[in-house]
Amino acid sequence: MDNVFNPFSLENKTILVTGASSGIGQATAVACARMGADVVITGRNAERLQRTSDMMPNGAKSQEVADLTNPDDLKRLVAAMPALDGAVLCAGNSTTLPLQFGSREKFDGMFDVNFFAPVELLRLLYKKKVLNKGGSVVLIASIGGTHSFMPGNGVYGASKAALNSVMKYAAREYAARKVRVNSICPGMVDTPLIHRGTITEEQLAEDAKRYPLGRYGLPDDIANGAIYLLSDASCWLTGHDLVIDGGFSI
Amino acid sequence: MNNGYIITMNIQDFIDNFASQFDDTDETVFTAETKFKQLDEWSSLTALSIIAMVDDEYDVIIKGNDIINSETIQDLFNVVEKQVH
Repeated sequence: MDNVFNPFSLENKTILVTGASSGIGQATAVACARMGADVVITGRNAERLQRTSDMMPNGAKSQEVADLTNPDDLKRLVAAMPALDGAVLCAGNSTTLPLQFGSREKFDGMFDVNFFAPVELLRLLYKKKVLNKGGSVVLIASIGGTHSFMPGNGVYGASKAALNSVMKYAAREYAARKVRVNSICPGMVDTPLIHRGTITEEQLAEDAKRYPLGRYGLPDDIANGAIYLLSDASCWLTGHDLVIDGGFSI
Repeated sequence: MNNGYIITMNIQDFIDNFASQFDDTDETVFTAETKFKQLDEWSSLTALSIIAMVDDEYDVIIKGNDIINSETIQDLFNVVEKQVH
């Protein structure tokens, strides 16, 4: 196997994945492990984190239960980190709300989870030199707010657009240590987040038909993009928002 | 009407709140028996606004299916009233 050409290998890399107990985070954590990485996983629920670890060939390197919106949890998480070659910040939330109902309270709730938590984690990982030189950070943003502006997605999209903006500034500044920072902007991905009932299953099925490739994304579709961005295959790529959306935003 | 701890639901207030989510349909059209999904102006965005209005005004989270399964405004009122606390 040593002779197989594989520029996407993650062997000898230690990678942190947040939001690893479900959806895109879970798929990414498992995919990184299958590509040979030592994976540190974090999420809010110990039982579900264990389930993610169980899906890995040799289990997770470590598991940290943390709510990233809680400053103490976040500090404890950073302190517990081994040196990292990569991080994929997947933890996030969504809401479907017409803008006229987007009160400050609703925006704050969405920005706490989707913007302030990952931005603070990214800041501390860099400032405390947890990220090795040449490391790679992947933020999970969205086509919402940057490439697509569907009614009802304003509060969510604004939080992801803000995250995408910080990604680009960080890419410029963190290049000083050759740390790369990129994002993935997925279209609708079939995760528990979209099945909370505000949009009915029938409406979701109808909406999926509007994607040129004929379906919503799967968590693995996004995980595969993260593998590329974490691997040395993308070593000359930084500040990029990789759209993975089945052609929706064309 | 919010009298402190218990929200007592009133059908006319509910109809008024419901009607507020429309821009081009005359207020007089809206009664408890209005089959709201048959209105020309009805759209998926209106549905989202109704869900958000119910959350704002009654602190009740309804789902898309509650709207699908309600024919009249009274039907939806009944769904919300059951969950009001």
